[in-house]
Amino acid sequence: MPAVGLFVTCLVDLFRPTVGFAAVRLLEDAGCTVAVPDGQTCCGQPAHNAGERGTARDLARRTIALFEGFDAVVVPSGSCAGMIRVHYPELLADDPEWAPRARRLAARTHELVSYLTDVLGVAAVTARHDGAVTYHDSCSGLRELGIREQPRRLLASVAGLELREMADTGACCGFGGTFCVKYPDISDRMVADKAAAIAATGADTVLAGDLGCLLNIAGKLSRDGSPIAVRHVAEVLSGLAGGTPPIGART
Amino acid sequence: MQPSSRHFPENARRALADDRLRAMLDKSASGFRLRRRMAADRLPEFEALRDRGRDIKDHTLAHLDLYLERFEAQVRAAGGTVHWCADAAGARDAILAICRAAGAKTVTKGKSMIAEEIAINDHLEAHGLVPVETDLGEYIVQLRKEPPSHIIAPAFHVSKEQVAESFRAAHTALDPARPLDEPSALLAEARAMLRRRFHEADVGITGANLLIAETGQTVIVTNEGNGDLTQTLPPVHIVLASIEKVVPTPEDAATVLRLLARSATGQEFSAYTTFSAGPRRAADPDGPRAFHVVLLDNGRSALMDTEFREVLRCIRCGACMNHCPVYGAVGGHAYGWVYPGPLGAVLDPALIGLAEAKHLPNASTFCGRCEEVCPMRIPLPAMMRHWRRREAEQGLQPAVTRRGLALWAWFARRPALYHAAARLAARLLRRLARRSGTLAMLPGAGGWTRHRDLPAPEGRTFRELWAERRTGDGP
Repeated sequence: MPAVGLFVTCLVDLFRPTVGFAAVRLLEDAGCTVAVPDGQTCCGQPAHNAGERGTARDLARRTIALFEGFDAVVVPSGSCAGMIRVHYPELLADDPEWAPRARRLAARTHELVSYLTDVLGVAAVTARHDGAVTYHDSCSGLRELGIREQPRRLLASVAGLELREMADTGACCGFGGTFCVKYPDISDRMVADKAAAIAATGADTVLAGDLGCLLNIAGKLSRDGSPIAVRHVAEVLSGLAGGTPPIGART
Repeated sequence: MQPSSRHFPENARRALADDRLRAMLDKSASGFRLRRRMAADRLPEFEALRDRGRDIKDHTLAHLDLYLERFEAQVRAAGGTVHWCADAAGARDAILAICRAAGAKTVTKGKSMIAEEIAINDHLEAHGLVPVETDLGEYIVQLRKEPPSHIIAPAFHVSKEQVAESFRAAHTALDPARPLDEPSALLAEARAMLRRRFHEADVGITGANLLIAETGQTVIVTNEGNGDLTQTLPPVHIVLASIEKVVPTPEDAATVLRLLARSATGQEFSAYTTFSAGPRRAADPDGPRAFHVVLLDNGRSALMDTEFREVLRCIRCGACMNHCPVYGAVGGHAYGWVYPGPLGAVLDPALIGLAEAKHLPNASTFCGRCEEVCPMRIPLPAMMRHWRRREAEQGLQPAVTRRGLALWAWFARRPALYHAAARLAARLLRRLARRSGTLAMLPGAGGWTRHRDLPAPEGRTFRELWAERRTGDGP
């Protein structure tokens, strides 16, 4: 039974705890024991992308120290998982004590759906979701971690679910961390294009693996008055979607 | 060209409001992307070829002095002259001196981004010469008094209706009622106008896609044949190239050429690939009597020992901008200098200074598409991050960003406070949203809410609920 440390991510903790519980359920169903280390905060991505290397390195060291005892670290976000897997080893490459620790943790850190499929070999889930969904490929998950077929494979096993692909599924939604507030007009063009691609599928729900993208897309669809529901893919795969309204939905 | 990169946000806003530009950007970029994809898919060894291209360039850059000196020796042996120019002013002076010595009046020009970089047209005009762009796209933007908006498709942003307007305004000797609806009519008219210029020209200036050290050859690729007419007909041919264009051998050049056209236009090869090796020899039926290579550094050698060295592998195919969602939204002019898109976001700060160009590496979501398609595997997003780091180190970030990050970092190092702040925010935002599920406005979050609602949190944090679950009173 692998001992998994769940890296919750800041946005899941604050905005969407359901995603955290969905991750726990999927991991436990796959035979893992899941722990959530108390001291975790942020992976350091905002600092890293802002060029604040010192802060990013401090937060990387904190995260490494907290999580290096687990068999695996699982993250319900492609970009936070990418930060640990891809960027920690670069960030700490010149630190003789931390570089090997960063590399070891990187090798054991996985995005949630990738961990279930690529590592544990999960081929199907038992959930049910009646309706047509479309899936947005988040940039980091797709291009840093190679996650594309895995969520589609699991979604194909969800009873009642029909997947309708949008045009250019891997086009950026325009979130980009602080990009969306630093360049709101450009970000708006990008998310408007994404929203149009989603709407053109006729799907009633859009799914993705990153809460940053999902908040951006949900915010745009809401502003446009669109009835399309927005959810993290783990909510549907775990069967928890029924218990919580979609992101940004009326309650 | 005076940079306007510091006004990137305003430039971008103006571009975003231009519906005609939007239609052109969508059309041009999607065509380029599709053709590149098809060309790459047709070549089984395309990915291996990218590795080879990268390795050739890395090797050459590691021995750049050696290969440039070899190149110069071979050019001289063929009867040509190499002019080493440290900066734009040096290159302008060298070119003007050659033109004056030739008693030149009309100067034809093939497409060259280095020519844009040193603003040679303005310089020649200021000294009484007449530079004439002969690449169709360059000819169009020259008539429109605009800089190119794309490195391989200068008129990327111009519709055929706009071209017709520009031609009617410029070619006043022609019948004003002539039909110019078809692209073929526009092409025929440009060809007729340029034909005369080719014959008049006293000097022809071309760029170079490659310089070959072993043979002293310079190489250009074009699809219109204008480069050949520019360099063959006038008595003097000037090749304007930057130092990183050199490769060791013709075989290396062939590898780069196989990558270049596929990545740029999705062609297997450009229609014309032209090798120049010095002036006309005794037995040659045509060719220039004098052959000059103006070799420009302009800040490139200063990148050699920095984290930006790999950008010198660039072969100027334009694939990064064709695949960039930010370029696709705002177009090339918004970047405010010669090189737009992800390449510009990395190169422009090096060439015109970070203070002027700091927006460019920031205006990226790090979506990674540029790196995914770059034939030379240049890690463009990582380099944009390097610029952001230098920006932070030099204190060039806006104060509000700096203070916001510092405050956030202070909390992020203190888990108990960080979690408490998250609990507070989750409750507060939930309460503000009431039952609507979203916030349409939030003080201090105008960047988000100008175009989007903010989805409200569920109301309690994961950690709170998890703690309850562990003690037995949670979900």
